[in-house]
Amino acid sequence: MLSKKQARAFFLGGTVVTFLIFIGLTIFSFSQGQDQTNHEGITEQVVRGKQLWEENNCMGCHTILGEGAYYAPELTKVLDRKGEGYVKAVLMSPVPWNPNGRQMVAYKFTKEEADDLIAFFDWIGGIDLNGFDTVVSPLAKDKIERNKN
Amino acid sequence: MKYKSQKVAYWFFAFSMLLLVLQITYGFIMGFARIGFDGLHEFIPFNTARAVHTNLLVVWLLSGFMGAAYYIIPEEAQRELVSVKWAYVQLISLAVVGVTAVVGYHFNWWEGRKFLEIPRQLDYLVVVNVLLFLGLILATLFKGKRKTTTALVLSMGLLFAGLLYLPGMLPFDSQVTDSFFRWWVVHLWVEGVWELIMGGILSFLLIKLTGVDREVIEKWLYVIVGLTFLSGILGTGHHYYYIGVNKIWLIVGGVFSALEPLAFLAMALFAVNMYRKGEKKHPNKIALFWTLGSAIVSFVGAGLLGFAHTLPQTNLYTHGTLVTAMHGHLAFWGAYAMIVLAIISYALPNMTGRKLYDSSVGRAAFWMSNIGMIGMTVAFGVAGVAQVYLERKFKMDFMEVQAEISIHFVILILCATLFTVGIIMYIMDFIKHGKPTDEALDLDSDL
Repeated sequence: MLSKKQARAFFLGGTVVTFLIFIGLTIFSFSQGQDQTNHEGITEQVVRGKQLWEENNCMGCHTILGEGAYYAPELTKVLDRKGEGYVKAVLMSPVPWNPNGRQMVAYKFTKEEADDLIAFFDWIGGIDLNGFDTVVSPLAKDKIERNKN
Repeated sequence: MKYKSQKVAYWFFAFSMLLLVLQITYGFIMGFARIGFDGLHEFIPFNTARAVHTNLLVVWLLSGFMGAAYYIIPEEAQRELVSVKWAYVQLISLAVVGVTAVVGYHFNWWEGRKFLEIPRQLDYLVVVNVLLFLGLILATLFKGKRKTTTALVLSMGLLFAGLLYLPGMLPFDSQVTDSFFRWWVVHLWVEGVWELIMGGILSFLLIKLTGVDREVIEKWLYVIVGLTFLSGILGTGHHYYYIGVNKIWLIVGGVFSALEPLAFLAMALFAVNMYRKGEKKHPNKIALFWTLGSAIVSFVGAGLLGFAHTLPQTNLYTHGTLVTAMHGHLAFWGAYAMIVLAIISYALPNMTGRKLYDSSVGRAAFWMSNIGMIGMTVAFGVAGVAQVYLERKFKMDFMEVQAEISIHFVILILCATLFTVGIIMYIMDFIKHGKPTDEALDLDSDL
């Protein structure tokens, strides 16, 4: 029967080994050749867009890369679905955007700020998401299928 | 209660109860917004309500864990806390940071990173607060007469929870790396070190409530926390499937998250078996309900419902939908909320001297809150599955789908009302116990 000492060794040993593997895999997934985060596409404008994204807690309603609050649409590939003009109009709207009765805060972004956020969405759209982008954005999926044909 | 300084736990528990009420209030604001009643939108838009709802959860659970530590550690270490005065300072500073953060969320002052919305300036205060707490607990433990496994596991959980807050403070330009390291905090908290805290509290409660030999309980405690880390650390990979990192995580995350329910299953079997084995019939039945309830509901909520959408093939469709909210609610309720309510139910009569061990209000609180939460989970689940099919299989527009599934949120609100009545009854029972008093000191009691 398992003794307390063996149980402790199982706990400590298991934890140390899995944690080391975890660190190793982290280093591996961001190493050159394995990295698929579209890192090279990050410009100053994208960084400013990300800042605006965070300062206004957009994730508190929307989702991006599938993460957020499920109250407002997923914004990965939003430019493909809705087009830049539409997105810009929403961002700069002086009154709460109100599609189908669900309100968005009127952030009244300036043109520059809207452009920064568009650059951020554009960069997000270029990330390799292991296939999630085609599921979360059916329109983008249709486009890809059309291109294949 | 064996040591006067254990009384400090009462105020942490009281603070927890206050925040729980507020958390539920903001939950209702979100529920009503989802069915079209968003009259508060101008003052409390959804993103504010959401940040307040989740952050209050974290703070009330942490306050509950801290209260649990202030109660358990002196008894395990067999000495008074090193400083009661500093423990109160720590509570007040926790309250100040928590309230400032929540008020700030109403004025667009936040970081906008899911679960870690607290602005950077306040992050530093959180760190100071947690350091103070850890200092008090660890000093008490190491100056104490004995260092039990229960106390060590609990303290280790609290120490690592503090350390793991740090990766969340690293700044990144990339949304992907930002998200990657945010999960180091959130996942490794809830599916890692918080389970140590839960295991420590559970072990303490089982020793007290069942009378089973400490050596037996603590041996299994090691096995359970061992299983937790073995599966949970690499199980972090299930958050990395579709956020823009390497495919290796599909395999690693898939395999190890499939093992995660084992830790919770072991916890449930452990608690039930110890209860069956136990010869002592502790009179505090309410505490026993919550203790066993926590072990069982956490297996269903965190273990089974987590597994329901953790395989990469399933998660491809459920990632970023209400299915996550379904799992999240029952998991947090079972694993963490219920264990905090269990330790409160156990400690309260001992600190106040009022032995309300088996009140009908206490029993009703347990059943109503649990049935209400299970109903909410089902409502979220049905809404989530419908969303997955309509939006991701049938390619309907997001808002059209939301209109279709809004009826499930009516059910959700009804179940949440039942849940809330249960919580109100729990708090009524809490208040009825009165304040902690030195007269409740009982040096010989083994209860």
